[in-house]
Amino acid sequence: MVPLSWYLIFSAILFSIGLFGVLSRRNLVAILLGIELMLNSVNVNLAAFWRYGTVTNITGQVFAIIVFAVAAAEVSVGLALVISVYRKRNTVIADEIDMLKF
Amino acid sequence: MTIDQIIFLVVAVATLIAAFRVVTTGNLIHAAFWLIAALFGVAAIFAILHASFLAVVQVVVYIGAISILFIFAVMLTRKDMRDQGPQLNRNWGFGAFLAALALVGLVFLVHGWSGVTKTAPAFPSEFDAVSALGNALVSPDAYVLPFEVASVLLVAALVGAVYVAYNRK
Amino acid sequence: MSTETIIWLIPLPPALAFFLIVLFTNRNKALSHTIAIGAALLSWLGSMIVFARALGVEHFGEHPFESSINWLPLAGSWFKIGVLVDPLTALTLFFVAWTVLMIFIYSVGYHNFGQPEGDHDQKGLPPHGATVEEHGNKHVVPSVEPMYSRFFAFIGLFAFGMFTLVVSDNLLTLFIGWEIMGLCSYLLIGFWHGKKSARDAAVKAFLTTRVGDVFMLLGIAYLYSVTGTLSFREIFTETTLHALQLIPSGVLGFSTAGLIGLLLFIGTVGKSAQFPLHVWLPDAMEGPTPVSAMIHAATMVSAGVYTVIRMFPLLSLDAQTMSVVAFIGAFTALFAATIALAQNDIKRVLAYSTISQLGFMIAALGIGAYIAAIFHLITHAFFKALLFLGSGSVIHGMEHGVLHTGNHKVDPQDMFNMGGLKSKMPITFWTFLIGGFALSGFPIVTAGFWSKDEILADAFAHNLPVFITLAIAAFLTAFYTMRQITLTFLGEPRTEEASHAHETPWTMTFPLLVLSVLAIGYGWLGIPEDFPILGGLLPNWLHEFAGATLAHHPEAGEFHPVPLLTSFIVALGGLALGYLMYRNVNSSAEDKLQFGFLKNKYYVDEIYEAVFIKPVTWFADKAVYQIMDKGFIDGILHLFGPGTQGIGDAIRNYFDLPFINRFLGDGSANVTYFSGEKLRVIQTGRIQQYLMLALILFIAIGAVLYFFVFA
Repeated sequence: MVPLSWYLIFSAILFSIGLFGVLSRRNLVAILLGIELMLNSVNVNLAAFWRYGTVTNITGQVFAIIVFAVAAAEVSVGLALVISVYRKRNTVIADEIDMLKF
Repeated sequence: MTIDQIIFLVVAVATLIAAFRVVTTGNLIHAAFWLIAALFGVAAIFAILHASFLAVVQVVVYIGAISILFIFAVMLTRKDMRDQGPQLNRNWGFGAFLAALALVGLVFLVHGWSGVTKTAPAFPSEFDAVSALGNALVSPDAYVLPFEVASVLLVAALVGAVYVAYNRK
Repeated sequence: MSTETIIWLIPLPPALAFFLIVLFTNRNKALSHTIAIGAALLSWLGSMIVFARALGVEHFGEHPFESSINWLPLAGSWFKIGVLVDPLTALTLFFVAWTVLMIFIYSVGYHNFGQPEGDHDQKGLPPHGATVEEHGNKHVVPSVEPMYSRFFAFIGLFAFGMFTLVVSDNLLTLFIGWEIMGLCSYLLIGFWHGKKSARDAAVKAFLTTRVGDVFMLLGIAYLYSVTGTLSFREIFTETTLHALQLIPSGVLGFSTAGLIGLLLFIGTVGKSAQFPLHVWLPDAMEGPTPVSAMIHAATMVSAGVYTVIRMFPLLSLDAQTMSVVAFIGAFTALFAATIALAQNDIKRVLAYSTISQLGFMIAALGIGAYIAAIFHLITHAFFKALLFLGSGSVIHGMEHGVLHTGNHKVDPQDMFNMGGLKSKMPITFWTFLIGGFALSGFPIVTAGFWSKDEILADAFAHNLPVFITLAIAAFLTAFYTMRQITLTFLGEPRTEEASHAHETPWTMTFPLLVLSVLAIGYGWLGIPEDFPILGGLLPNWLHEFAGATLAHHPEAGEFHPVPLLTSFIVALGGLALGYLMYRNVNSSAEDKLQFGFLKNKYYVDEIYEAVFIKPVTWFADKAVYQIMDKGFIDGILHLFGPGTQGIGDAIRNYFDLPFINRFLGDGSANVTYFSGEKLRVIQTGRIQQYLMLALILFIAIGAVLYFFVFA
């Protein structure tokens, strides 16, 4: 049998990879890809805890479903913003969108 | 090493490689395809965990909808099909360090937790997880309110997305 | 309705009328006077019903109508207010209701209701007449009073005060009614506030009576602190009175009863214009004549005497107080009568005669002639109201003449401008004659004779000096009354205005007729039983009825021919002498009695001016203004000014500028500016760098929490 720690470590690695993507990629769309990876790692955690806890208590799966919904919402709004920014400034490079600068 | 563990390791390693490619590949279209591969891997993990509904939803929603959306976004935001210049910013080294630090922290936390060596209980054969999930989502005693709120959030997000991305010219 | 309910309701209609007129109907003259007279009529009706029912009660003195309610919660008990109608109140109600009603009706005619608006009349000034065109030729007629409705509102409130005072069963509500009347008298005397003399007279009346009122309030407070009650029925019990008599007050050897009585009496001195607080009343003639009649005959000055009569059981306990009362009364009676001799203004003569007659009543009380005082109070109210209203009618007739000739320099109130009005104004003449004879005490016929005779008889029996003083005063009264009648009505008109005077409308003459009936007839109710010939024809009803108010029924005085003869001689002699002396007098220069000190009222006003007003003004100016205010208070203020400025400077220079401004103010700004300058570099505008910083902080905090807090 696979121990719980394997799933947890798998999801931790997946999360860190996603985090690296978010922190390091220049392209806005790529940053969103990183976020998707991080969300998936969370879902893996939820499902694993469901499976390794009381199986009849379905809460873990319910939360995973809600994370799906949130992820879908996040992606749709995020990509809409990317497209909007691209139209206005003709770029999708995060470093070039520095209107918050002092 | 049992057959379960081998299957898990194979799927996990494949998933992680795909994920790593997602954040490192230069071509965004390739990154999107690598993402699909990684999401498939996660769907397989769900399947191993007996979360059959989640696995199906993962395929349908993530791969079928979100990934396609990404591909469209990539196509809409590129003047030509190839990206110019480096795909990582100047601080990517520091970002990698922070990601590693987060990983160390997480592993440290997991390592220090007593329940980490726990093994899965036997899956009750008569238990129907899908119908239990369905009942839980629409039962007033359980999660109907968060479920409905999530649906409202989704609608609002979609309306917002249309508004933001709408071309007024 | 039960009698008690009616008594409660008696004062209300005039008060309602006041508010109705002030709030709603003040633009409509007819409606205003209808409401006011209707209210007076209701009160009159209530008073008559109460009076009639009182007559039907056996031993009314012991079983008066009374009713009270809990009003003010005190520690453990209640302060009660209520109504009380005993024989004294019933009699007072009777004459107050009659005179009030008559004066209300009279006011309609006096203020020229139904006449056109004046040509250039202004609010606050008497009407000057209006020009009308009739059959092609213009002539001037009297114009309606501009503040007509206001007048009726004020007299309504005044009537409310009087009725409240009369039906009260305790000193507190009595005092409230008393003060309402004080306010109304101020408002009404100053009714034509455009005239400086009227304003001054109003202030004078208010302040002078206030002197008395303060003492009266002291008396009430003293009484309450000693007995714990202000209700008449509770005070006038054997035990309470006895206790009050025995406890010494510690002031000048007065007993408590005596001192309280004296303080209350000083209130009356102010209100009833007794010496030395009489100065306001003659000046109060500045008000419209119905007001003079109301204040100076029927109600307000009577209220003062009424209060003393009411408190008689208390006053009579202390001989010292009684002698003070008797002295003040007798002195005032003579003093005012002498001043009246030299006055030329028709209303001023009456004003001084009022003071004098009130002195008669006070003197009567001072010698213990309780019933005589009540009797004279009532008869005086009738005939003095009659005289005042009659004089108003005369003045009104004269104003007709003045408007006719257009010579506004002629004073319509100066008796030397009149003469021969008998044929011009017959009703006014005959009623004025009746009133004047009643005032003089014309024997047998008039009410004034019987009441004055009773006072003289009692004085003769108890106190000879008082008797002599009052007899002289009575002689002078008859003399100046006849002087007035002769100068005003008899002989030939001395001015063109007088020859053009004519009779006043029925609203003015009707009250005169009613009051003249009462001025004659009321005296027959109090004929002593052992009077020669007439005695016993009519029962001495008044004596029985009024005497029952007291716990110990006063004995009727022994008959003695000396006072009776005196009454005859002084009345007839005074009248005859007055006629003979003034038959042929045509101007004030020919008047042999125009002595300077009488003309100037013994210089009392001047003495007050010199003794009180000048020193007070001097004190206010020199001591209070110059020394206290300018020197002391301003000095302190000037000390405070630079002092606080110095402190302020010091704080500013040594604390505010270096510490607050430089250190805290500029310092915090500098620190913020410096740190902003240094920290701005991390604001790159790049979202991923922000995210990294956030993550570093997150990991750091998480590590700290994990290793140090939750470890």
